[in-house]
Amino acid sequence: MSHPENATVFLKDKERAKWHDDTLWIVRQKRDVTIHQIPEWEKLRELASQIKDHTLSKLDFYLEELEKNATANGIKVHWAENAEEHNQIIGKILDEKNCKAIVKSKSILTEECHLNPFLEEKGIEVVDTDLGERIIQFLKQPPSHIVMPAIHLKKSDISDIFHEKLHTEKGNVDPVYLTYAARLHLREKFLQAKVAITGVNFAIAETGEFVVCTNEGNADMGVHLADTHIACMGIEKLIPRRKDLGVFLRLLARSATGQSITNYNSHFRSPSPGKELHLILVNNGRTKQLAREKFRNSLKCIRCGACMNTCPIYRRSGGFSYGSTVPGPIGSILSPGIDLKKYSTLPFASTLCGSCTDVCPVKINIHEQLYEWRQEITKANGASLKGLSMKLADGIFKSPLAYKISGKMMRASLKTLPDSIIYNPLNAWGKGRNLPDLPPESFKDWYKKNRK
Amino acid sequence: MKKDVPHIGLFIPCYIDQFYPNVAIATLELLEKLGCKVTYPLGQTCCGQPMSNAGFEADTAGTTSKFISDFAKFDYIVAPSGSCVLHVKEHSPKVDKLKKNQEHVQSNIYELSEFITDVLKVDSIKGSYPHKIGFHASCHGLRGLRLASNTELNEPAFNKTLQLMKDLEGLEIVELTRKDECCGFGGTFAVSEEAISVQMGKDRIADHVDKGVEIIVGGDMSCIMHMQGIASRDKDNVQLMHFAEILNQVMS
Repeated sequence: MSHPENATVFLKDKERAKWHDDTLWIVRQKRDVTIHQIPEWEKLRELASQIKDHTLSKLDFYLEELEKNATANGIKVHWAENAEEHNQIIGKILDEKNCKAIVKSKSILTEECHLNPFLEEKGIEVVDTDLGERIIQFLKQPPSHIVMPAIHLKKSDISDIFHEKLHTEKGNVDPVYLTYAARLHLREKFLQAKVAITGVNFAIAETGEFVVCTNEGNADMGVHLADTHIACMGIEKLIPRRKDLGVFLRLLARSATGQSITNYNSHFRSPSPGKELHLILVNNGRTKQLAREKFRNSLKCIRCGACMNTCPIYRRSGGFSYGSTVPGPIGSILSPGIDLKKYSTLPFASTLCGSCTDVCPVKINIHEQLYEWRQEITKANGASLKGLSMKLADGIFKSPLAYKISGKMMRASLKTLPDSIIYNPLNAWGKGRNLPDLPPESFKDWYKKNRK
Repeated sequence: MKKDVPHIGLFIPCYIDQFYPNVAIATLELLEKLGCKVTYPLGQTCCGQPMSNAGFEADTAGTTSKFISDFAKFDYIVAPSGSCVLHVKEHSPKVDKLKKNQEHVQSNIYELSEFITDVLKVDSIKGSYPHKIGFHASCHGLRGLRLASNTELNEPAFNKTLQLMKDLEGLEIVELTRKDECCGFGGTFAVSEEAISVQMGKDRIADHVDKGVEIIVGGDMSCIMHMQGIASRDKDNVQLMHFAEILNQVMS
């Protein structure tokens, strides 16, 4: 289904749609409050943007530096060209360890690579340990938001799910009670898993270490109890030096949730004695995006989700309406690079209002890239029906006479046509809106009479 | 023409010409009252924005060349629409053989309120307008031309349009809950994403109506046309106006 169709369905439940809009708007407001506590906020954004631009311009160099330094620290570094290679590498490690159950935290990349179905097919139990992730895993749903994966669910929904899966009291919606139930359930899983998988928020080339940011401490819980830690990162998650990290940590949580910092920022540098630490560097289309000049800087993204919270379309259509791993504005500029045809409606799911660009902590010009993807998509589609009408429009506008005639005809026909034709169901303008009252003459006609 | 009186080319976006001649008249009269020499080039049509935003920028070369030829001879080009001005400045395709003229047009085109504050250096308009208004900040003017500070950025507050109205006697400007959320017009978005577009418009209007706003005032008739269409369908008790109409009225 296309984005407009999905959005129409989403908006049918008016009350829920309004709740979704309000909930995300509250997150946006929390973000606004915290950024105003930092006078140098705009300087920080500029600095982060420049650090990322610089890193992307020498990505090969920094990746090799990361590999060299991480290896020297005792980390086993793997390179994966695509999702399949990424999954195979993990599968092989799990086979070697004879591991039948893993715990996982904080990784949109493993979503992107469809790791869960791959492992489940091999008979391995995968438990997502972020609370939101675990909730949607019970429902067999993908995340609807990259930071708040279960944001589309209400407390009462979660109470029902937990009642069914964790045998909590029916109808008890107390968040403390529900969280405690999830905690007990997850502790059991943490204790059983020999291998823990995490994502990576930042990898530091200079030191060969990487950093995982969570609020629940679940990444640490999983990693410290397991014998083997596998961390998966997209190759763009790189910063040159450790001293650059502060810039990003200050921006990330404030942009994502309005917190001043995430509760746990865990640095991983070397495996503990007797344990193993793996780092998988995944390309999966990123170098292709790097080669596209107009879209390159989408790779600066630090996955804070601020563009989703601010987007008036995302808030009113929900994450699933995009049908892509990363939804919302940033997803709409990343996804067409992966499959132009499948995601061709996404760059049009925007009014180009520009709010996404201005909240972006690394200054990705998201709305300008949406505009540029539109140009690419129409080129790829060739002369569609809309294309013909646009060419016709160009013909009208470059000739003043044709414009005058068509304008006059439009005003005349709108005056004489019955409402049933103007407001028929095929006319999307008229479904929820009236047309303006028609003036007796255009400005041009008035000007000719009233000015010399 | 005297050298110190700059000659202004009045750019009236096509839908304003056809649907809202009163806004165009108000713009012309306002500039004249402020002492400007203004000409409306009769051959002008459209800037090409609807096509470009729909993904057909490449097909607007003809329209763009026409626009440049119509307006290159003026010292300044002024329009009562931030959206169309932004398009001419940033999204019209490069026309190589008109390079010099295109650069002149792009660096001397202004939205009406920024022309009055930044070029004419008028701080505010004096007069009386005893009404309760809400201001709709259109996105392209706001985040594209930076006609006002926006809530996403950490920057000092300013608003070029409201600055012109700040000294009007009796005027009450209402503080909105969502100061600068998009109204959902978005050009072809209004029809291709009809459901969200209308919902966004309803939400925006409700923010004003809930606070007892009499008149929603804006600087882009495209947003106003969209919200007006919804308000009139839903029988909301609120008027919509372009700020040029108000300023021209108080100066008469």
